[in-house]
Parts: sequence; C-alpha cells; structure tokens
Amino acid sequence: MGLTPVPAPESRAELDAASPNWVTTKLSALINWSRTRSLWPMPFGTACCAIEFMATAASRFDLARFGMERQSFSPRQADVLICAGRLPFKLAPVIRRVWDQMPQPKWAISMGACASSGGIFDTYTMVQGIDTIIPVDVYVPGCPPRPEGLLYGILLLQKKISGESLTDTALREEQVLGPHGLFLPPSRIDEVSEPFGNSVHQTRSA
Amino acid sequence: MTISPSGPALQSRFGAAVTRVVESCGDTIAYVSRDRAHEILAWLRDDPGQHFNYLTDVTAVEYRDAERPLEVVYQLRSLDRKADLRVKIELAKREPLEVDSVCDLWKGANWLEREAFDMFGVRFRGHPDLRRILMWETYAEGYPLRKDFPLRGHFSRAEQTRQALAANPEAHYSLEELSIAETFHELPAEMRERLAKGERGKVG
Amino acid sequence: MSTRTVEATLSTTGVDAEGNPIGIPLTVRSGDEEHMLINLGPQHPATHGVLRLVIELEGETVVRVIPHIGYLHSGFEKLGEYRHYNQIVPLTDRTDYLSPMANNVALALAAEKLMGIEITERCRVLRVIACEMSRIISHLVWLGTTGIDMGAYTPFLWLFQQRELIYDLQEAWTGARLTTSLTRVGGLMADIPDGWEDGLREFCRAFPKVLREVDTMFTRNGIWIGRNQGVGTISAEEAINYSLSGPMLRASGVDYDVRKDRPYLGYETYDFDVPVGEHGDNYDRYLVRMEEMFQSNRIMEQALARLKPGPINVDNPRVILPPKSRAMSDMEAMIFHFKQVMEGVRAPVGEAYMGIENPKGELGYYFVSDGTAKPVRWRIRPPSFLNLASLPRLCEGVLLSDVIAINASVDIVMGEIDR
Repeated sequence: MGLTPVPAPESRAELDAASPNWVTTKLSALINWSRTRSLWPMPFGTACCAIEFMATAASRFDLARFGMERQSFSPRQADVLICAGRLPFKLAPVIRRVWDQMPQPKWAISMGACASSGGIFDTYTMVQGIDTIIPVDVYVPGCPPRPEGLLYGILLLQKKISGESLTDTALREEQVLGPHGLFLPPSRIDEVSEPFGNSVHQTRSA
Repeated sequence: MTISPSGPALQSRFGAAVTRVVESCGDTIAYVSRDRAHEILAWLRDDPGQHFNYLTDVTAVEYRDAERPLEVVYQLRSLDRKADLRVKIELAKREPLEVDSVCDLWKGANWLEREAFDMFGVRFRGHPDLRRILMWETYAEGYPLRKDFPLRGHFSRAEQTRQALAANPEAHYSLEELSIAETFHELPAEMRERLAKGERGKVG
Repeated sequence: MSTRTVEATLSTTGVDAEGNPIGIPLTVRSGDEEHMLINLGPQHPATHGVLRLVIELEGETVVRVIPHIGYLHSGFEKLGEYRHYNQIVPLTDRTDYLSPMANNVALALAAEKLMGIEITERCRVLRVIACEMSRIISHLVWLGTTGIDMGAYTPFLWLFQQRELIYDLQEAWTGARLTTSLTRVGGLMADIPDGWEDGLREFCRAFPKVLREVDTMFTRNGIWIGRNQGVGTISAEEAINYSLSGPMLRASGVDYDVRKDRPYLGYETYDFDVPVGEHGDNYDRYLVRMEEMFQSNRIMEQALARLKPGPINVDNPRVILPPKSRAMSDMEAMIFHFKQVMEGVRAPVGEAYMGIENPKGELGYYFVSDGTAKPVRWRIRPPSFLNLASLPRLCEGVLLSDVIAINASVDIVMGEIDR
C-alpha cells in the first residue's frame, strides 16, 4: 500500500507562493472584506424572480446597504451574476457567453427554483439548472424566493468569499467548456436532469 | 345558448364550403373547408353585415384521438357589433398541413401564424416570413405541441444542452438578417449557397 | 468610400472546418449610405425581459427593427396538457408575473365557462378586487421601469414602495407575494383574512396622492413630453388590424375594453370610466395607463363597499374540495375528496374561449376538453405578443433612443409572450 509521494517543488519561490502565511492571510482578509462589501451584481433577470430581485433592490429591502446598488448590466464590470428566473435552452448560449465575458473574480448566484434545477418546468425547452452551463456558488430556493431569501443567499456568498484564500489559484481559474462543447460531462447532465418524482403526470389520471 | 346569426349567414352564402356550424359553451364555431377558407375569412371581414375587423387569435388544436384531424382555429371579433365567431379548418393528418395565410387580411396574423407553424408544423401559404418564432431557427427536435412529441423532448438533456450551446450563426440570425449583410463573400460558402437558394438553415 | 466592417463572433463554439470562429460581418453598404446591423439583447437592462431586437440603422435612424422572441419559452401550453385545471392555476402566475392574480382569475373564469359553473356573489366581488389590484401593480412596474429607461430613477422607488403595500395585501390573502395561485375552479383558495378590508381601504385612500405626485414628476415634464409625444404613433385602423389590445389600442382612439364590451364578473354594475387616447403615441399610452390606475382605485372602493359576507366557493362537491374535517368522517365527502385529488375535476366535452381585460390587453384562455380532467389544448392568447408584433411598424424611421422609449411604452412581459 504505497503512499503517493508528494512531488518536490520546482523552486523555493513557488513553495513560498503556494503556502499561506501570515502576510497572505492578512492580505486575504483585507481583499475578501473589500470584495464582499462591494459585490456588483450582474442581474441576469429572465422571469418572475427578476421582479423579486427588483423588489429587493427597491426601498423596502434595499440592496444598497450591501454595496450592491450599482447593478452592472455590462458583464465586464460585474462581480456576481445573479440568474433570476428560468433559463430555456435558447438562452443557454447567452448566459454562457455573459459568464465568459465576466472577468475574474466572479461568482454566480442561482436565484429561484428554475435557475437551480429547472423548477416546475421539466419540459423540452428548459435547462434543468444553470449549473449544467456555468459554475454556481450559491443556490437560493424559492418560487420566487422572498427578498429576505435572496439577501440570505447574498450573505452566504459573502461568507463564502470571506473564506477564500489568496494563495488558492484554483479559485480564480476560468472553468471553460469541455471538449464536447459542454460544461459538465453528458452523463452528469443527464443524471442531474432526471425527473424528480412524477413530473410529467401528477395524478393517476391519464 | 343560441348560435350567432353569422353561422346561418355563412351557410347560405358559401353552401357546402361551410361543413357545419356548432355551439359550445356559448361560442359559435363554423367549420370551413380549407380551399375556400381565405375567401370565407375575407368575406367575414369585409361584408358590412359581418364586419369581423379584429382577429383575436390564430392557433391550432390536435386531439388525443389520433383519428381526429388537426384543426386550425381562428378567433374573430367584430368590435362595433360586439360579436365573436370561431372559424375552424380541419386538416387530415395524412396530408400536408397547409392552409392559406391571412396576413393580407389582418396584420396581427403574422406572428400568430409563425407560432402555429413553430408549435404544430402547419404551413401558411403566402406568409411573408414563415419561420420559427419561439424555438430557435435550426431547432431539430420537431414540433413541440404535437401529441407525438413528448413533454421532455425527443433528445436527451445532454444532447439538448449541447445543441443549444453549439448553436450556429443561423440559429441566432435569420436568413433575412444575414442577407442584409452585403459583404456576402465573407460568409461561409455553404451558407452563401443556401441563402442564394432561399433555404432555411440546418443544425450544425 | 471605405466599408467599415464590424465582425462579431456569434456563438460560443460556432466554428468552421478549420476551427476558426465564424464571424458574420455586420455592415452593409446600401447605395451611398452604410447601414449597420446592431443587436440589442437578449440580456439588456432596457428590453424589459429577454427580448432581442436586431436593428438596422442608418446612422442614428432606424431603418428596420426585427424582434426575436422565444428566449423565455417554457412550454406552458404543453405542460397544461399534463395538468388538471386546478393544477394549471400555479402555471398562470408565471406567465404574466407582473399581474398574477388577474391571470388566476382569467383561468378560473375560462374553466368555469367550460364547465358551466356559476360562482358566488362574494367570489365575484373578490375577484374584481384581485383584477384591479393586479392592474395597479402591473402599471406601477411599467411606469417605474419606463421612467428608468428615460433616466428618471426616483419614481421607480416610490412606485415600488406602493407595490410593496399591495404585495403585503396579496401575501396576507394568499400567502405569496408574487405567485399567488388565488383562484380555484368554482371559487378561491381562501377568503380574505380579518382586517384585510381595512388594509385595502387604507391603500385606496392613500394611493391617489402618490399617483398625483408621480403625475407631477412626469406629465408636464419637458423631457418626458419631448421623448414621448409624437413618438411611436399608430392609427386606429392599423391598431385594429394589428390586433392590438388594452392601453395600446385605446391610446389610438379605439374604445374597446373587454370589461365594458363583453363584461364578466359583474363589471357592468360598476361605475368607472375607460380612458381613450387620441394620437396613438407613447404619451397617450402613458396618459391612458395613469388614468386607468385612478379608475382601478375607484373600482376597488366600490367593490369594498358592496362586499357582503357569504360563501366564496360554489356549493358543488364535485368541484370544490369538502372541508378537511368532513373528509375524514363522512363517507361521501371522502369519496369526493379522493376523486378530486386523484383525478381532478372533469370537464365536459367542448371548448371555451374566455377573454378578460388584463393590464396589458385582452388576455384570452382557450380550453379544448375531451371529457377528461386534463385539457386537450390550453391556449393562452397573450396580449403582449400581439402588441410587440407591431413594434417594427411603430419604430419605422425613429431614432435609436426612441426604440427604447417605444419598447417601454408597449408594456411587454416576456413570460406571457414566450410562454
């Protein structure tokens, strides 16, 4: 039962860069603090959840107190893509392209049941969860989620970002489409999209 | 519930071309033959006693019983007479599903007929721009609202995702728009040939 | 002269035989002018949803606008064939998500027309209140977002605060702010709770003042008038021929309101006016919708005054679920409960079309039934679909920024257009 030996580092400098130390942790804390307090959302609003997103941005629930009032409709200046609403296949290349256009660091919130899993639409047109197309960080369930729910999702994202480390380069790698032109392998997409329960006929009648 | 006077008026004017007039839940429905449908609809719009100047809806219905024909349904309204009429054309499924377009009578029919084509595969002869409207132009799975089309589509989810992400330029721009681009010679040769022939795009 | 060519890669993996991305040149030379083909959307702040407009421009002037829809096509009509009538109610919330209660009411009315069911008086009045509340919230979104499109951000916040007040009422009644699923075939999901009437009365008292404030911001504002008057004009005959409905049709001078011409829910007994415009431009559409909100408030006050205690559901055990307490103890009630839950309410063979005055226009639901609990065909006649189809006609010869203004004044909701 041999243990796989750890390959020797290429250079001393690389080793220093790879391991977190007190400088990098302090720096990480500062950078993460500033990132979480100024997440500029890219509202990829499609359907009903977009209306609740607008309500969250309006006076009563107010996204501005989280630093998110400057909504960036241009992906080039956005930090977090909030996919608010259902995503049909016709819109799939659009969200992929918008995601690719966003510069690092970037995160994605899948808002609502339809963006997270296809929701009530297990039909020929609907993507069964945007995580088959782009990497998602936080899922907010609800149909539509209450504004408080979306705010909780945003706070969760802030917590996630706070836990990120500067030295972890894998975090900021672009996750591109694979060799088949797909983000997830085909078997995984089929597995994730399996109908849950009796989604076609919901009663015993024909 | 009584049948609207348009029913007997149609029967007396067009005779056998109006196969039957029935009533359901207070609405009058006139079944007309495909060949004279355009003439009948034009008369319904223009005749001063009828004056159905408002086209409420154009759609199609396929029944679960495979023997029943597919129906193209026109919902008409006369704004000044405050009257409604439903006109149906029955199309046997063994034959090509084609009817004449009514875009020349009501401009609102343009998109409605495109949708009926997209969802059912009914072709409207004389339509200025008959192409898919809700699905993308090179959608290859079929006509979604037909009864032989399963709810989740024919292809697997992975295949549907792959086709959606790999959509070629024709799926994004119609042939009409591609032909606006005058620097024609920079388009791929195969696409140029098909544009020249006026053909619809194919899936990549 | 030189040809300016803008290459754009259209798709993520659209590649030719050698693996180079396919670029489609987007410039055309037409005579002495250069036309440019630009793409607006589907992800765009001002398209009001996932609408894509391909605009052929000559400088800043629009030669042609080609709208592309279908980016939110969810298969509602197909899904409706696999659900029984009460299960279709939650689907209707999600088509026109700006005015969900109106859709719920429309569906219940269509199903009741198909089945020949007569609803109770209290249900009728409550449904009128629901429809008018929906009209107000839909117009509030329209006005707020149209203001933002023109650069006026403040009214958006004021109007959305009013929407929150209505959302509180909707949530108290149905439990949900947006996806209300209010109606059932033959009745409603629940009666209004105690104190709800006072809440609505308070809203009706305070709302006109807010509307008048917004009116002060917009109606005589030079920028608003400059951007909206004379823009996007359509004549009455064309509006009828394009099958427009709702405020789009009435702004052009056609006095067609389904509540007056083909009344339902007892609208003929309410005292309200229907604003009809004259010029058919953006400004008239704005005035029509503003006045409609005042009139909706008036209708709600009258409905509140005539609301009397009584049953909200029709007394038909085949259609309405028996109370749970009886379903567990009484044999007949248990059987009715079982049949309705397992099978759904069976409709007779037939078909029915029911059109109502949705905030966007005439919303029609067309059911074809073969005698089973699930419809053979559920057709949604979407008002915004037909209103949007006239966009190329409205945008002939205007400037690019006018396209945004005209698109906003059409008041579309993509969920309904794409279904």
